Amino acid sequence: MLADYSMRNPDVTPAATDPKLSVDIIKRLDGFTLQARLEASPGFTMLLGPSGGGKTTLLNCIAGLLRPDSGRVAIGSTVLFDSASRIDLPVEQRRLGYVFQALALFPHMTVEENVRYGIAKLPAARREQRIKSMLKSFRISHLAAHKVTAISGGERQRTALARSLVTDPRALLLDEPLTALDLATKSKILEDLREWNAAHSIPIVFVTHSPQEAFALGERVVMIEAGEVIAQGAPHEVLTSPRHQTVAQIVGFENMFDATVVEMHEHHGTMICQLGLSECRLEVPLISTSPGAAVRIAIRAGDVMIAAEPPRGLSARNVLSGRIRAIRREGVTVILAVDVGVDFEVHVTPSALEELGLVPGQQIWLVIKTYSCNLVEPRA
Amino acid sequence: MIMEWNSIFLTFRLALVVCAVLLVVAMPLACWIAFSRWRWKFLVEAAVALPLVLPPTVLGFYVLVAMGPDSPAGRLYQRLFGHGLPFTFASLVIASVIYSLPFAVQPMASAFSQVDRDLLGASAVLGASRLRTFGRIVLPLSRGGIITGVVLSFAHTLGEFGVVLMVGGNIPGVTRTVSIAIYDHVQALDYGGANQMALLLMAFSFITLSLTYAVNRRMWAVWPLPRQNARRLLNAES
Repeated sequence: MLADYSMRNPDVTPAATDPKLSVDIIKRLDGFTLQARLEASPGFTMLLGPSGGGKTTLLNCIAGLLRPDSGRVAIGSTVLFDSASRIDLPVEQRRLGYVFQALALFPHMTVEENVRYGIAKLPAARREQRIKSMLKSFRISHLAAHKVTAISGGERQRTALARSLVTDPRALLLDEPLTALDLATKSKILEDLREWNAAHSIPIVFVTHSPQEAFALGERVVMIEAGEVIAQGAPHEVLTSPRHQTVAQIVGFENMFDATVVEMHEHHGTMICQLGLSECRLEVPLISTSPGAAVRIAIRAGDVMIAAEPPRGLSARNVLSGRIRAIRREGVTVILAVDVGVDFEVHVTPSALEELGLVPGQQIWLVIKTYSCNLVEPRA
Repeated sequence: MIMEWNSIFLTFRLALVVCAVLLVVAMPLACWIAFSRWRWKFLVEAAVALPLVLPPTVLGFYVLVAMGPDSPAGRLYQRLFGHGLPFTFASLVIASVIYSLPFAVQPMASAFSQVDRDLLGASAVLGASRLRTFGRIVLPLSRGGIITGVVLSFAHTLGEFGVVLMVGGNIPGVTRTVSIAIYDHVQALDYGGANQMALLLMAFSFITLSLTYAVNRRMWAVWPLPRQNARRLLNAES
């Protein structure tokens, strides 16, 4: 049975209900166990993580295509799944929008027939009006009569979005959409999606493996790896304080060192760590640990300064002397490999390279602020 | 020698009725085989495929026994219709349906299982019941396999001999099909008569199959392909 779409009164402002998608589930699979707990408010929630980490499984559990072993999935006050009270709403009654990675457009139908598919039970007048306005919102009116096999990738993506959204879903799930599209096409489609959602305000869960995409688009980022949520929050929260090694790697911390705590300066809020087996020592922010403990330190290549002479009078606490081993240019970034007892990757601009006249073999000093050193949890 | 129009008409009537029955019986069965995840499913698949390997006489023998006056089914039929089931047109239909079952089920199951599972998921997410998904997505996308299944079972029934002989005997106008008539002609050393009917049967079968392949220009497999193969085929098409 189809849900009654007329229940939703378009005059009610979306903010009045503000339905949040909340997920807290466990699903055991062959390779790993998905254990996810997350919330998605109206707007874009980016689900970020490496392939095979369980992102699609999570979407399938929300959509009802897979049944979680236990837990709860709800949107606002509507419970979709709850193992405790034995609720498991069938897929076709969940009223969700789900755009599959391969889109899953019905190949034997036209663009318009695809869009029509989910609202066949609406009264004819309302149905036709809604199809028309949805085709217009996603700029595919002129393609209505085309077979979906005869249109471009971007147009197929627009058709898939229109087909899902025309049903007025409670939430929209997007599985790595737009991956095959060029940047310009992609951002135009996302603009249209944002515009649509400005008026409808539903949670949109957007799966991606691209950190750039996640941090650029999302109001909220959820990182998932090996079936576990390892970080979630606003993009800047996740970006600036990676508490987990994988997170640090994903968001681009080029320098990652195993280190041992040698001194704790509680009253200064810092501690001294020795990097690996080298003589190299760094002052880093204090965490609750004890001397001798193993920690892991992550430093962005762009957060390291280079001095061609021994620097003086700096606030930065860490000055390491070493030699340039190699210089490589990638676009507008110059990447230096520096040996200070351990290998550091340092990024500078081409003009800095020229001004300092840096050449391989040259002795230099690295300057690193205490707060540029991030302590991350090593992977278990 | 004149053509035995009687036998020819009977043969076509039999093939048409068998096709109609198979469409009703084989489609749900194929659907179940394609989509069920029951662990003992392979037993059903093997049972359906049995007529492919068994000599028609073995099959015919057991169908005859099952329909005979000593079996419950045979007794029930006797009570309902006042005469025994063997050596009637109905008995030919039953035996032929069983004998042609794999020819209908396998292309259909193969086609059903080649439908991209994402499409079924997308259909369900869009609010469609299983029945609607089957009617709007699976059926149209499996049209080729269904046509193949129907045509194959039609052609197969036309050429049937052993099973018909076992359960139907050789009663003109009732159970004497073309293939049995041909056999009779040969037994009577009337090669001319045999040749006429054999040629007709061969020409007709060839035309039917050619038409099917022409209309339905797509690979069909006798047994559902492994999933990756199916993917590859679909990709190659798009």
